[in-house]
Amino acid sequence: MARYRTWVGIAVAGALCASLAGCSSTGGKRAEDARKAAAAQGRAAVDTPRWTFAMITHSGDGDTFWDIVQSGAEQAAVKDNINFLYSHDDEAQQQAQLVDAAVDKGVDGIIVTLAKPDAMKAAVARAVKAGIPVITVNSGSAESKEFGALTHIGQDETIAGRAVGEELNERGKKRAVCVLHEQGNVGHEQRCAGLKETFEGTVQNLYVTGTNMPDVQSALEAKLQSDTAVDAVVTLGAPYADTAVKAKESAGSAAEIDTFDLNAKVAAGLTAGTLGFAVDQQPYLQGYQAVDLLWLYRYNADVLGGGGPVLTGPQIITKDQAPALAEYTERGTR
Amino acid sequence: MTAITDERILHTSSLRKLLSRPELGSVVGALAVFLFFAVAADSFLKAPSLSTVLYAASTIGIMAVPVALLMIGGEFDLSAGVLVTSSALISSMFSYQMTANVWVGVGVSLLVTLAIGAFNGFMLTRTRLPSFIITLGTFLMLTGVNLGFTKLISGTVSTKTIADMEGFPSAHDVFASTLTLGGVDFKVTILWWFGLIALASWILLRTRAGNWIFAVGGNQDAARAVGVPVARTKIGLYMGVALGAWISGQHLLFSYDVVQSGEGVGNELIYIIAAVIGGCLITGGYGSALGSAVGALIFGMTSKGIVFAEWNPDWFKFFLGAMLLLATLLNAWVRKRAEATK
Repeated sequence: MARYRTWVGIAVAGALCASLAGCSSTGGKRAEDARKAAAAQGRAAVDTPRWTFAMITHSGDGDTFWDIVQSGAEQAAVKDNINFLYSHDDEAQQQAQLVDAAVDKGVDGIIVTLAKPDAMKAAVARAVKAGIPVITVNSGSAESKEFGALTHIGQDETIAGRAVGEELNERGKKRAVCVLHEQGNVGHEQRCAGLKETFEGTVQNLYVTGTNMPDVQSALEAKLQSDTAVDAVVTLGAPYADTAVKAKESAGSAAEIDTFDLNAKVAAGLTAGTLGFAVDQQPYLQGYQAVDLLWLYRYNADVLGGGGPVLTGPQIITKDQAPALAEYTERGTR
Repeated sequence: MTAITDERILHTSSLRKLLSRPELGSVVGALAVFLFFAVAADSFLKAPSLSTVLYAASTIGIMAVPVALLMIGGEFDLSAGVLVTSSALISSMFSYQMTANVWVGVGVSLLVTLAIGAFNGFMLTRTRLPSFIITLGTFLMLTGVNLGFTKLISGTVSTKTIADMEGFPSAHDVFASTLTLGGVDFKVTILWWFGLIALASWILLRTRAGNWIFAVGGNQDAARAVGVPVARTKIGLYMGVALGAWISGQHLLFSYDVVQSGEGVGNELIYIIAAVIGGCLITGGYGSALGSAVGALIFGMTSKGIVFAEWNPDWFKFFLGAMLLLATLLNAWVRKRAEATK
């Protein structure tokens, strides 16, 4: 009886769809499902034992960038037959406790970010002492080796900042604003400092509250209205680029908006020409490589990098490369 | 034998005494959470895991104890979370800039932190504004001061390391050392936490000051009418929170040698949650120090248990919220039963 009712429901819905043309023939969940079905089914490609790797980051709740890192790590885990655990906390003390918890569990490998290196020192040392291989990702290239990690995978923030400065010089910019959306983030400070080093014009730092988009927009608007000579705005995260474009339009400014990191909107903005360029550090690669390198270490004692960090960036992406990446940003891997 | 009619000297059974304890509901909750994770997470019952859970609980608990006392006294402190960071920053930057023995910085930090607590209490008793507003103001000001001063003095968003300065090893031993008992490492904060629970319980249950705290939280005007020094009690309670913030702040500093200026925001609510789960009433006049400790323990077990059970940590806040509601409902129900049987 119940089954009969379900079938009737589906038939009615189908009839409604067809008669009212209420279904979208493009995009939506159905298109996504079709894409997934077309993609290869996730199956392990190796026959090594099922090791457990834990990844502990300094990400806040619901962060797009870390979502991409995590999906890279998860896909590598599927391929390498790894039981992958992910946890995060933006408070240093809590993050250190999460590393302690992973050590208590006796995992086979740990991937950790060193955004607050001093706070993580003891926890990482404890992991190394327990004989658990540790790989650092994203931040902490300077401390990674000293703490006893196998290698570091990520982008040197100062180098990335310098690359932005050089790109702005090439574009003939004279007056830039560096928008910091997280007060207290050392990596962000390094990016703006690197930009200051190589940029021949003037750079001003603007601090905004990244957790409050309207606030970001109004602060930028005020800045662009009061300082009309600004011809370049550099945001430090993909979600803020779009907000900066809105602020620029309502302030009637002619500044070029450039950003760190990518997402689907940034790729579209680059293609459309509303954004100048993006600096990518390939977060997917950071997660994927970390899991893969830990697997290689456990399987074959291989270490990559020759004692130095393995760099995943910076990569300058302009109008020319953006269309090719659009598809990848859509599926959340770039 | 004359018939006793005064309810204060009525004989009550020990079971009824137990039922009327404020922390009973939370103890039941803590047992349930413990059993749940013992079954759900196979590494939860290992000694190192339990030590990690206790450590997590102690970092919350050190603040939850004085916050519970303050709530029994009928007030809030929304600045408690960032005050911990402030305390650590003052200590670190004073030592570094003055090139002084780190114990000097620790002492200065104690004085300044207590002064901030006294300021909260003084503003409250002078202006008669709700403590929610007063401490919200302090919270925002401290958040700004933490970021601004650190940038101004150190030139970066975090302090410079003081690990190579005189007095650091001994201060590290006091605030952040690790004790090994039976092959398991325990952090010294657990001892600080237990000490604070004992001290606060003694004040609440055995001293005149404890009676004053219950009195000002229960009915401020009535308390004033019978001669309880309301202003002094409340200022003292805020200074108690500052003392807790100082201990937590020094622990942060000496376990990590460097302090991030933007941290601590949001933790004030966690301390309040621990106190409320432990049986403190939002309206004041009821609660216990031991209850806040059980609340902190529940928090520690949940936050780390989810990791041991290998669940997605996205759900942690959901569990915490659900637990807060359940614990409060249970507390209310137990209290009603206890009062009905009197």
